[in-house]
Parts: sequence; C-alpha cells; structure tokens
Amino acid sequence: MPRKEQEYDDIPGTFVFDAERSRQGYGINMFCMSLMKDENRKAFRANEAQYLKRFPLTPEQAQAILDRDYNRMLELGGNIYYTAKLGATDGHSFQHLAALMTGMTQESYAAMMLAGGRSVEGNRSKKGGAKRG
Amino acid sequence: MARIIAGAATSHVPAIGAAIDNKKTDQPYWQRVFSGFEKTKQLIAELRPDVIIGIYNDHATAFSVEVVPTFALGCAPEFPPADEGWGPRPVPVVKGHPELAAHIAQSVILDEFDLTIVNRMEVDHGLTVPLNLLFGSPQQWPCPVIPLAVNVVLYPPPTGHRCFMLGRALRKAIESWPQDLRVLVLGTGGMSHQISGPRAGLINSEFDKAFLDNLSRDPKKLTQIPHLQYMREAGAEAIELVMWLIMRGALDDQVDEVYRFYTVPASNTAVGHIILENRRGK
Repeated sequence: MPRKEQEYDDIPGTFVFDAERSRQGYGINMFCMSLMKDENRKAFRANEAQYLKRFPLTPEQAQAILDRDYNRMLELGGNIYYTAKLGATDGHSFQHLAALMTGMTQESYAAMMLAGGRSVEGNRSKKGGAKRG
Repeated sequence: MARIIAGAATSHVPAIGAAIDNKKTDQPYWQRVFSGFEKTKQLIAELRPDVIIGIYNDHATAFSVEVVPTFALGCAPEFPPADEGWGPRPVPVVKGHPELAAHIAQSVILDEFDLTIVNRMEVDHGLTVPLNLLFGSPQQWPCPVIPLAVNVVLYPPPTGHRCFMLGRALRKAIESWPQDLRVLVLGTGGMSHQISGPRAGLINSEFDKAFLDNLSRDPKKLTQIPHLQYMREAGAEAIELVMWLIMRGALDDQVDEVYRFYTVPASNTAVGHIILENRRGK
C-alpha cells in the first residue's frame, strides 16, 4: 500500500517522522539504538552487512545504511535522533551529518548557520514557494 | 500551599552542553550564547525556587521507538544523567520530589490528562543543559526537579492547546499541595530549527520573536498554531515549542516578562530564552 499523502509532505526537503514512518523504520531505528553499546559498535564495524541481519530491515533500508545515505534512511522511516547515533559511531559530528543531508560542505553549512541559517523564504512549500503555513 | 512563582523557557541545544563539558564557554562563538544567561543565574537565584517542574523531551535516550509516551512524569527519587554516546555528562544527578510528583500524577490524571508514570529514568541533555543555563555548574543542583518528558520526536506531538491545558492542570495540582513551596516551571526546546533532511539549517527569527512576544502577552494565540505551521515556518524540530506552552499554561494570564534573550545560532539552532513572573506570586 503506498504511503498516504499528508499535508506536511508539501514541506520541501523534510521527512516528517510520523506514525507510519515509525512503523516502517522500526528496524532502522532499533539498529541505530543498538549502537549505544560498545560491543555492538564493534560487531557492526567488524562486518556491517552481517550485523544488519539482526534487525528487520528491507533490502532498501539495509542498503541505505551501508551507503550512509542519511536522507534515504529518513525517507524509509529512520529518525534523525537515531541515525545520528550511526553518525557518531562513524566518528562524525552532528554538523557533519547536517551538511551531508543538505548536500553542502561542512564549512559552507557552518558559514550559513553563522550568517543566520537557511531562510524560510522560498522554502515553505513545494507547490507554492512563497506560501505561508 | 505550594504556588507557582515563575516560568522560564530556554532552548536545550546539545552543543551548549558539549561546550560546557569541554570548557569552551570562553570562546567568542560560545560567549555570544552564554553571555545571554549571566543575568538568568541571578534572577533564578532571587526567585529561590524550592522545586522545578522540568518540561523537556527525551532524544532516543531513556525511551526508544519501543515505547513512546506522550506525557511521562518522573516520579523517582533521582534521575541519573544518561550516556548519549560520549559517556554521561559530568553534571549532578537530578534529584526528584517523589511525594509532590505522585500528588501531581494523581491530580492531573483525574483532571483527564493521562500521564505515564516513570519510576526509573535517565535524563539526557534536553533536561540537563537547561539546568546548566539556570544554575551554571554547581556540585549539586540547588533544588529538586520533577521531569516531565513530552513526545515531540514521533509525529504527532500533543497539540499546543493540549499542552497549555496540561499547564493549567499542573497548576491546579501544585496549588492543592499543602506544604509551602515555591515552584518554578521550566519549558525547554526550540526555537526555530531543522536538523534533518535537505532543508536542515532552517532558522526563522521573525517567527521566533513573534512567539516570544505572544508567549508574554497573548499566549492563547499561540495555542492555535497548528503543527504544520511550526514545521513549515520554523523547521521540523521547531515543533518542540509546544513544550513552552505547558509552562505558560501553568502561569497567570497576565505575567511580567522579566528577561528575554535571543541569538542565532548555537550549532544548528536558534536559541531563545525568557523568564516570566506571576504577579501575585511576589
């Protein structure tokens, strides 16, 4: 069954972690949660694909994790507070992940934040760029 | 009887905690943030709270996707700082007030807010960073803190209106506690930010400033903001601001705004902070 379209799907560049994505992404998020334990981080690093078999993941979800495709993980039901644990396991700062998801270098992302962040102008709606919520 | 003397709200950015823990607070970037909380420490000390109700959200720490309570009240005697992947933050254990918490649970649930009661819980930066901003880095937190964890991670969080009305019910519960206690209600999270997806980095200072203005003077207006508007205008994670409305609902309709601070950014987030006092509480 295809995902039911929600009004917040109109927000550009945003995957809202709703109840449906939570159901779909349970395996991704429980995998990420497991990385809070050092023994699990070691087992994952030793053989990533093998370790992922411990969790109920679709082939697409497993591939997104192996590829470190953070946007795809969000789209398939991952949540940022969970996927950040994978980033931390890889030794990345949160800002590194944020830059990665936006397709910017970390340097230019950090400069954008210092300059006041990403403007909402033109970023409100896929259908109408300037529409107010 | 116990009474609510004031409310405070502040963002709870994890990088602020990391700056404290790694002793980077003197760096110019962080001075800009921390200088805004110097006055706070003095004002909070003058308010002399006996108990704090600490409204925050857990970030995949104490709760995972296995269990997602909408409102969870910490009724334990103490709440240790959690290991969020870099070892537990070097901050004091949060001491609760189990007797008052049990009373609040009983009162609020019969007032038709179905709280989850939590008797064992570790607390993450969502609660401990705001305590640092109010009190600095003491050996022990100066008063007990009753944590109230709100789900704002899995959509949908409770509505702003529901949060405001929970604040009202909290107030009723506190005011029916026989012992004289000065209670401070602390809302945390926000302000505008988005930390996920290609739109990450979104900040909307205009939205934030209007939110602060209305929080002081016309909070009922804020209770009408739909979730879609928070996410669209101020970023997916700005929806945390509903937690500030629990704090505001616990205060008088008319309050004195005694302090406000706003700066962009701390890491990926707009930092907002406000202290509101009940007039009759003085």
